[in-house]
Amino acid sequence: MSRCLSDRAIDHVVLDRGEVANSWRNERWDSLRLLTPNWQSRLPGYHYDGDDPDGFMTMSEVIAFISNYAKFVSAPVHTNVAVTSVRQNGEGYQVLTDEGAWNCRALVLASGAFSIAHVPRFADAVPAGITTITPKEYRNPGQLEPGGVLVVGASATGLQLADEIHRSGRAVTLAVGEHVRLPRVYRGRDIQWWMHVCGVLDERYDEVDDIVRARNVPSPQLVGTPERISMDLNALTDIGVKLVGKFAGINGSKAQFSGSLRNVCALADLKMCRLLDTIDEWATEMGMDGECEAPHRFAPTEVEDAPALEIDLSRGEIKTILWATGFRPDYSWLDVPVLDRRGGIRHDGGIVRAPGLYVLGLNFLRRRKSSFIHGAEDDARDLSTHLACYVGQGSTRAPH
Amino acid sequence: MTATTIQTQVDNGVNVEALLGAREALTEAPEGAKFTWRAKCKWVNGTHSNSTVQGFFGLGEEQQHKTEFTFDADHPEIFASEDNGATPVEYVLVGLASCLTAGVAAVAQHRNIQLRSVTATLEGGMDLQGILGIDSDVRNGFDGIKVTYDIDADASRDDIKALVAQSQKRSAVFDIVTNPTNVTVEVK
Repeated sequence: MSRCLSDRAIDHVVLDRGEVANSWRNERWDSLRLLTPNWQSRLPGYHYDGDDPDGFMTMSEVIAFISNYAKFVSAPVHTNVAVTSVRQNGEGYQVLTDEGAWNCRALVLASGAFSIAHVPRFADAVPAGITTITPKEYRNPGQLEPGGVLVVGASATGLQLADEIHRSGRAVTLAVGEHVRLPRVYRGRDIQWWMHVCGVLDERYDEVDDIVRARNVPSPQLVGTPERISMDLNALTDIGVKLVGKFAGINGSKAQFSGSLRNVCALADLKMCRLLDTIDEWATEMGMDGECEAPHRFAPTEVEDAPALEIDLSRGEIKTILWATGFRPDYSWLDVPVLDRRGGIRHDGGIVRAPGLYVLGLNFLRRRKSSFIHGAEDDARDLSTHLACYVGQGSTRAPH
Repeated sequence: MTATTIQTQVDNGVNVEALLGAREALTEAPEGAKFTWRAKCKWVNGTHSNSTVQGFFGLGEEQQHKTEFTFDADHPEIFASEDNGATPVEYVLVGLASCLTAGVAAVAQHRNIQLRSVTATLEGGMDLQGILGIDSDVRNGFDGIKVTYDIDADASRDDIKALVAQSQKRSAVFDIVTNPTNVTVEVK
């Protein structure tokens, strides 16, 4: 966004509560790599130019990438400035920080969708003696005491952590609700490449049937590894991880799991097949069938006959519960009445219902790719056009 | 070929526009979405009881079914009962089956799939050692429920599977059966 504003000569500052790339430095686990291949790491006017376009960046590489970009675009970043409140102030906003106040005509909220680790309502009912941890605090399995671990949530985070924790010798049970299954590689190409070329990632928020549902779709089961492995429930079952249904509640000392495991797996398998059908149709239409491997399908998700419906947490089998149950943005400092009753921000493709206020980087904000690094470019261009019109420096028409 | 022409061809007897309208209205006014369903049950004799449903609460006010519906429940003769009605656990299967089947029709209509026939066959396994108190490790209820759908429709096998999967995802009774529910029973 800063680059797009500079291109339009709009005077601005970027406030970061820590160093540049703060959350990548301080809030990620050690083994994490990006889920998107290097060729996809691009920001306005800038892209990965190393020798491994199909690889996946480690956290230190991501930090370097973003820090180099900040230097490349000479972003006017003020680091270690924490915003404490934002309120409307005449024609603009007053931003209070621990380093003083700023007044601005327009404000872009780019603090991300992953600020708070969400935990279920019944998390408080976990019996004493069980340690609970969220992915924000988790770094590596060595942090956890020996013994069984219940990983709750089967998106990318839950699967990756279930895998490394189980391999560390701590028996993992994985509670699986609705999830999105994707192979890493299909017909010899990265799934992100397919979704990019056939236009899935560019699908716009005003083109999909049900944007509320699309924005709530969990992150896909993907992992970035040098071996380009696919991380799915079958891979975890193969190493001995035990699958149970969605964590439904706690009754006394008993953790209760939904009996819907078979259906959530069927939903994910069917949805993956529909995506692969779309890809196959596109490849045939484009005459690409000769250039890539033949279409094929993946084994359906294996579910045992009678998955456990409860685990007695007082029996010592489970020592730790890891809540991989999603993230939420943090708007606790936003004193502008733009939140819905569930605490989400009301916006139309990033244009918030308060003049001059914008939001970036949320799931499916303007496009399916909006929450990815490479999704920022198109969104920032669109929103900076609107912003420029609003502050009276625009020559082009704003997107609605 | 437009969506409108497809929609006029497909008729499963479900008014999708009304359902989508209700969804939109209740998103704006979530208080109206709070419903209370009720049943009354009177003991007749032995294991025979007679239940009725008529009134319920929803859209902010009391509502009525067109008529009062009645249900006799009993146990079969091999339990030394008179078999005046289905067993209560069979009513659970009926509830699950009818909820999932209504969902299949609604989802099919929404996805422009014409149904020709839909038949669900349900089985719930139960070990009577639970309710008879013979073995405390055996639960009283079903040890599992198996639902088998036989569907004839203008759609691929995967599309039909997706109908059935989506119906489970949106089903109230599927949720009631698969997830724990707090039950409070009081005596007046």
